[in-house]
Amino acid sequence: MNHTRQLPDRRSVRGRSGAATVAPPPAPVRERRRPVSRQWAAWAFLAPVALYLVLFYAYPLYRNIDLSLRHYTVRSFVQGDAPFTGLENYRTVFDDPAFAPALLHTVVFTAVCLVLQYAIGLALAVFFNQHFRLSASLRALFLVPWLLPLIVSASTWSWMLNSDSGIVNAALHTLGIGPVHWLTSPSWSLTSVIIANIWIGVPFNLVVLYSGLQSIPQSLYEAAALDGASAWQRFWRITFPLLRPVSAITLLLGLVYTLKVFDIIWIMTKGGPADSSTTFATWSYQLGFGNLVPAFGPGAAVGNLLVVAALVFGLVYVRAQRKQALS
Amino acid sequence: MKEGAVAKKGAVMKKRAATRKGAMRTGWKTAVGLLLTGVMLFPVYWMLNVSFTRDQDMRKSPPDLFPTHGTLDGYRKVLDEQLPYLGTSLVVALGTVVLTVALAAPAGYALAKLRPRGGGLLSFVLLAAQMIPGIIMAMGFYAIYLQLGLLQSVPGLIVADSTLAVPFAVLIFTAFMSGIPGELLQAAQMDGARALRTFWSIVLPMSRNSIVTVSLFAFLWSWSDFVFANTLVNGGTHEPITLGIYHYIGNNNQEWNAIMATAVVASLPAAVILVLAQRYVAAGVTTGAVKD
Repeated sequence: MNHTRQLPDRRSVRGRSGAATVAPPPAPVRERRRPVSRQWAAWAFLAPVALYLVLFYAYPLYRNIDLSLRHYTVRSFVQGDAPFTGLENYRTVFDDPAFAPALLHTVVFTAVCLVLQYAIGLALAVFFNQHFRLSASLRALFLVPWLLPLIVSASTWSWMLNSDSGIVNAALHTLGIGPVHWLTSPSWSLTSVIIANIWIGVPFNLVVLYSGLQSIPQSLYEAAALDGASAWQRFWRITFPLLRPVSAITLLLGLVYTLKVFDIIWIMTKGGPADSSTTFATWSYQLGFGNLVPAFGPGAAVGNLLVVAALVFGLVYVRAQRKQALS
Repeated sequence: MKEGAVAKKGAVMKKRAATRKGAMRTGWKTAVGLLLTGVMLFPVYWMLNVSFTRDQDMRKSPPDLFPTHGTLDGYRKVLDEQLPYLGTSLVVALGTVVLTVALAAPAGYALAKLRPRGGGLLSFVLLAAQMIPGIIMAMGFYAIYLQLGLLQSVPGLIVADSTLAVPFAVLIFTAFMSGIPGELLQAAQMDGARALRTFWSIVLPMSRNSIVTVSLFAFLWSWSDFVFANTLVNGGTHEPITLGIYHYIGNNNQEWNAIMATAVVASLPAAVILVLAQRYVAAGVTTGAVKD
């Protein structure tokens, strides 16, 4: 798109580095196969990232699997001579009375966040897709929650939801509703972190769905309007069906992101009170780092369950994306 | 003649009325848009408001909606106590940017233009790598750094933070560099030395936009990172601002103006990026999620 502007630059750079680099004019298409020397060149460029992936992704993951298969104590964690215990840690985790609630919270948290983020994001995307004054600037401002550091959002929400001095309870009070113990009562803590997380996730849905709306041809809407279709019908008959591929990808990506949400919950409630907002992500961290006596093995085991879930949905996402790219 | 002028005037008036009607029709949409934005950004306003609130007004019920008795005490505390944290965050974030671009730009070039054997697999691994939850990586890094003695070190945190950005960066670079016309690169007969020169003097200068996008995200993610910081450098001499805020929340529940003032300062990079580079952000979000 801007290579016309870049062309002179290129020429001058080439001139400086010697005329020898100028390619022979109309290069005959010699080989359709990949020449060996170019393979070497390609992998020379890829080598740093490949090495990086092995060292800083594969190895930590391997260490995590290793952790989950051994019986670790603090001492053997440092010395690295923990006995191999097979799936013992996984059994411990499954038998733990905290397992079922954590699973339930993870499912509820993920599902509610996903649905509401998507619904609000879509509504906003449709709204901002009608061009009106300031629509572009306001849409840009909607990105703010997504760009803020999570600790900033989490601590702001913590204070807003504070039982005694929070603005939310003050607002409820003017409506005649008694104080809600958002973060300190077991029946509300999960709701609180869900609210905060939806607030953070809406911008992403808005941006992606908005870009999806852009690709729906305007003529369809005009034709439908001529046929007398109402705005509601236009949405359900045109927008929603044509947006389906983008929606699928947004939801799948959102699912993978939401499954691993940790910061918000940890900072706002630490999974409490009484584990009432514990998900797999916070439970895993709690086991490994949150207690005085760390349980690295079970912590890693919970984490690996999370990895498996994320990768399964990740694979579905990759397939959906491929399918969309092909069509 | 006169009639014509009248007709013309009538048409103009009609048109003007139509545009006024149009403006009114979109006028209420602007109003709704402003309202929605206001609701969405209320927590951000509240953060600002609380950061200016005096200690004695903090527990007032109902709380002041505007900082009428504004104070800069919170910000004074930030200057007194949080500057080292901010410095660490800046160093870590810039280090992450350099490391990420240095690793990802060559890889993006190779995947986009040199058609390496196994490139498809590598792209797939990069996509999958993005799916791995941060706490899992943090636990693995903790185990490794403990053995290597890298806990509570800034370079260690830079490397860990870069895992947040590298896979995304390679995908962005690949997507962008695929768009560079092949004739410019003559990739079909390229040996190693030529490939390096082409990369350095053609591809990189042309990829300025994608370098900006990648750098912005790498900076922002590293600056905002809490999980790695809390796991790997907690209690060390160099802690980033996210831990500065976290310790604040943990230690003194009373000084919320200082906490929120720190939060405001920690949000500045996001604000700057939004004002100066918003289009790069939107480009990054959509390229990362939906390739078209």
